[in-house]
Amino acid sequence: MKTAAPAISPFEVRDCALITLSTGIKVQNLKEFRDALEKIPLASIGHHFWGRLLRPQFDEPEYNNDFASWAYRGLHDKTLAERLSMTLPTDFDSLEQLRLELVDTVEQRLDESEMIPWARADQQFYFLHSQIVVFDTGLRFDDPVDLVSYLPTLSTGCIYYHFIDARSRTEQRCDDFSAWLAGFGGRYRGLIERLCGFDPYFSSLEEIRAHVASLFQTFFEEQS
Amino acid sequence: MALRYDKQDKDFLAHYAQVTGTAVIQHLEQLAAPLKGAKVVHVNSTREGGGVAEILQKLIPFKQALGIDASWEVINGSPAFYECTKGFHNALQGLDVHIPESLLQAYEETNARCAEQLRPVLEQADFVFIHDPQPAALLSHFPKRRGKWIWRCHIDASHPFRPVWKYLRSHLGAYDASIFSLPEFAQPLPHPQYIIAPSIDPLSDKNRDLPPAEIDAIYSRFGLDPERPMVLQVSRYDRFKDPVGVIQAYRLAAKLTPLQLVLAGGEASDDPEGMAVLQEVQQAAANDPDIHVLLLPPDAHRTINALQRASDIVIQKSIREGFGLTVAEGMWKGKPVIGGDTGGIRLQVFNHYTGFLVRTPEGAALRIRYLLHRARLRRQIGERARQFVMDNFLNTRHLREYLTLLVGLQDGCRERVVVG
Repeated sequence: MKTAAPAISPFEVRDCALITLSTGIKVQNLKEFRDALEKIPLASIGHHFWGRLLRPQFDEPEYNNDFASWAYRGLHDKTLAERLSMTLPTDFDSLEQLRLELVDTVEQRLDESEMIPWARADQQFYFLHSQIVVFDTGLRFDDPVDLVSYLPTLSTGCIYYHFIDARSRTEQRCDDFSAWLAGFGGRYRGLIERLCGFDPYFSSLEEIRAHVASLFQTFFEEQS
Repeated sequence: MALRYDKQDKDFLAHYAQVTGTAVIQHLEQLAAPLKGAKVVHVNSTREGGGVAEILQKLIPFKQALGIDASWEVINGSPAFYECTKGFHNALQGLDVHIPESLLQAYEETNARCAEQLRPVLEQADFVFIHDPQPAALLSHFPKRRGKWIWRCHIDASHPFRPVWKYLRSHLGAYDASIFSLPEFAQPLPHPQYIIAPSIDPLSDKNRDLPPAEIDAIYSRFGLDPERPMVLQVSRYDRFKDPVGVIQAYRLAAKLTPLQLVLAGGEASDDPEGMAVLQEVQQAAANDPDIHVLLLPPDAHRTINALQRASDIVIQKSIREGFGLTVAEGMWKGKPVIGGDTGGIRLQVFNHYTGFLVRTPEGAALRIRYLLHRARLRRQIGERARQFVMDNFLNTRHLREYLTLLVGLQDGCRERVVVG
């Protein structure tokens, strides 16, 4: 591999695997949901925003997190579903702040409701969380252009780790590719802006991989 | 067992790479690296018949090929033991079952005897997977165990009959972790509860591609008419699979469209009720020449494969279902599936995408008629169904989750584990 910028650390490709766990907490109405939001582990909140990427599903995700989906499908409360779906984890400095926002949103809806919205017994909400195992693939890239041919072959675990997990793991609250490219000064600003402008909430990991690969390819074609 | 990681293993993995792509296999190899040489033992109560045995038949060699010292042990008991464990099974699935003390005693004695037989293997194992309630009481006989013990529940335990659950819970509390197929099935236990869906093996005799001649031979072998549509349910003869409801659905649909029904099942050696249910099914079929009730031997995998490929629609009208491997099998063969709206079938069947969920014989009959009149839609749904299984329900995904669990448990169950 070429060494374009030796002062910058190489991009270290890591992979990951996730497994889902039950928290043992389930709810059937909006009041129970509010109470549970206050006490569930923070990891559960993160899981319900991103865990859907790892779960079998076929229908187009009309709402982009599990809380919003349940509000619509379980409680049949479209107003709440719309509000919850526009709660973006990246707008908050911590999952604790995100939790408070979710509780506020549900509280507001409870205040507006004449009756407590409830779900059928077979439509309860099960709070889950996940465990992540991260491993080093041993692959290193010194020059961003070398990623162009490699990105389409990345496993979905790599995509999850570098593009999704990074948003809650890093101080910059952005994906690992953008954080690494920023280390080269302004040289890759255009690519960083395109990466940051991509909304991954409605995409599968395969679609995210294809899109990120295409952003890299287009950028370097324009440069050449 | 001697560790092996040789050309044979590489060939084994290469065969799977041809189905799933090399990235999936590389991912498994990297995930398995910290577990190389670990002794992992699976214990259940039957080597043939039923979904658990089918899963283990390939999961064990797969783990071995990745360098893990995996093995599989089977416990055997008296008729009273199986009567008791069938009672557990029915009670976990919600039936009001009262199990006499004498049967519970047979259960505990069988577990005590098997514990002595298996002591050298289980006491030294790094990880022990105990499948379903049959061997669940083994743990209490291993106070000096050195490894982590995991209880794997393959049953829809969402609404267990509480007295029986309380009894079983007394045996389960000391496990290090448990695994359920769906979040709805998890019950309060004092340890981590993982959610892992089962899987099918794309290279097994049950699921691999077959020559067209072998599929065609099915018609003459079982007296089927190749010119008429065929609906198939493959299941053990078990009331929770509702085979009589399938016959009712067939009769309703057959009034309006030419049709033949095949019910193909075998017996699991740990199911004492199978013959009684088979007789009920034969009575319900009432010698209708278009209802074919087949009792197949436990190794009739290629026959089932050919029947699934020859059918137009696969049905699995269960009223309770842990997962429903036959649903994934049918989908893997590109067939739309009409499934009972319950348990793990909901994880696989999505209305209009991979098939239809139904609650009644009438609902099943309606969807049979709907699909039989739309050949193009059947093909489209079948194609989507196969891809859905490829993405979610092959044993490579199952193994990835097991490996992730093992690495996580090895590391003390922390939320984030970094290896390598």
